[in-house]
Amino acid sequence: MTAPPPTRIAWRLATVVDVVPESSRTRTVVLDVPDWPGHRSGQHIDVRLTAEDGYQTERSYSIASPPEERHLSLTVERLEEGEVSPYLTDELRAGDQLEIRGPIGGYFVWDVSAGGPLLLVAGGSGIVPLMAMLRHRDIATASEDSMARHRIPARLLYSSRRWDEIIYRDELANLARQDSTVEIIHTLTREQPQGWTGFRRRIDRIMLAEVAWPASEKPRVFVCGPTPLVESVAGTLVDLGHLPALVKTERFGPTGSTS
Amino acid sequence: MPPISRGFRGRRPTSTTASRLPPGQYETRDFPVLSAGPTPHTPLDKWDFSLRGTAGKSTRWTWDEFQKLPRDKITTDIHCVTKWSKFGTNWEGVSIDTLLAEGAKQGVEPSPYVMATSDGGYTTNVPLADLTAGKAFIAFIYDGAPLHPEHGGPARLLVPHLYFWKSAKWVRELRMMDENTPGFWESLGYHIYGDPWREQRYAGDE
Repeated sequence: MTAPPPTRIAWRLATVVDVVPESSRTRTVVLDVPDWPGHRSGQHIDVRLTAEDGYQTERSYSIASPPEERHLSLTVERLEEGEVSPYLTDELRAGDQLEIRGPIGGYFVWDVSAGGPLLLVAGGSGIVPLMAMLRHRDIATASEDSMARHRIPARLLYSSRRWDEIIYRDELANLARQDSTVEIIHTLTREQPQGWTGFRRRIDRIMLAEVAWPASEKPRVFVCGPTPLVESVAGTLVDLGHLPALVKTERFGPTGSTS
Repeated sequence: MPPISRGFRGRRPTSTTASRLPPGQYETRDFPVLSAGPTPHTPLDKWDFSLRGTAGKSTRWTWDEFQKLPRDKITTDIHCVTKWSKFGTNWEGVSIDTLLAEGAKQGVEPSPYVMATSDGGYTTNVPLADLTAGKAFIAFIYDGAPLHPEHGGPARLLVPHLYFWKSAKWVRELRMMDENTPGFWESLGYHIYGDPWREQRYAGDE
């Protein structure tokens, strides 16, 4: 028996609803996408830009919004040398159109049916797909009995260089304040504000052993960030006894780069 | 005609670069890392490589045996489905033709498709015809040094004419198949074949 041929993931024309400053280096692009087929938290889309002479270029961006939201949002970090990200963060404005294609990726995904505990480890803009998971968890468990959240506790360990580079800082603080089953743990690696009592170093084994659930609790782990961070965190978690199959990763950038 | 992105000028590649770039790709000088899970670290004395036929015949090499096989030097452009291409990468490895010739002596018969399997459970499917005639290798040297684990060391499949997810990192086995069974990413929405020049990124792309 032959399976029917898969349907092509079509390019769609999205309309920019809003561009919102998120941190010192990031903006969230909110899109209205007619006939969006839906997505799962952790997936990404391709974005295609076309210049007046027909020149085109494409990039991939993680989806920041949960499946439950009406609009699709991307949070884009402005890379100084980038060809596309400065356009998205600085030039794009409400009413502009953007060609997108997706959703893409079926492994680095989580929804409440996958259960927990949910352990998220992010470096820099690696928070974006993990934020989609936290937002989805928040919405999907809100209407259920109060036990739903206790069955799927979540912890986020989030490494940023400095306070003003923390993406979704207020939203994360609100989540933790309103939901005792979510814990947000920051580490600031370059510069800390006065009176900072949190971690102030790169994520290491001692930090992970302190923050992560023990391997025996079988947390679902998602790690996203620059390659050196993800390599180190995923390797350490395996050393601590976590099953490699439960540690899902998404890396960006080259080896050996500094975060 | 696609809509013009208001205010977008872009950074056009030179014409030489452009001719080497498949559609939708851009050139990078870095070597990005894409992996779905933790990097496995198999010690070389535990490493082996198997070539398996459909009729139960197989050939197996230890690391030392594998190192004694004739090797090729390869300079090639590589193209990742996440949009980056890297030009002129330098590798050393054993041609799949060499492995097939060795396997034939042990009775391993060719089949139309091959599944590559890696440490950590990663799999990818490739037609046999895309692995033969000098088109594919098991590579273990990159830029003159042992291939780093992040990039697939100790050894990875190298099939540079297809998107780079087909060049399975940490590869340990090639298994003949009569059917074109999808591998890991091919089961998760990526294209069954993955030709960058036809931009076959995702399932359903022509």
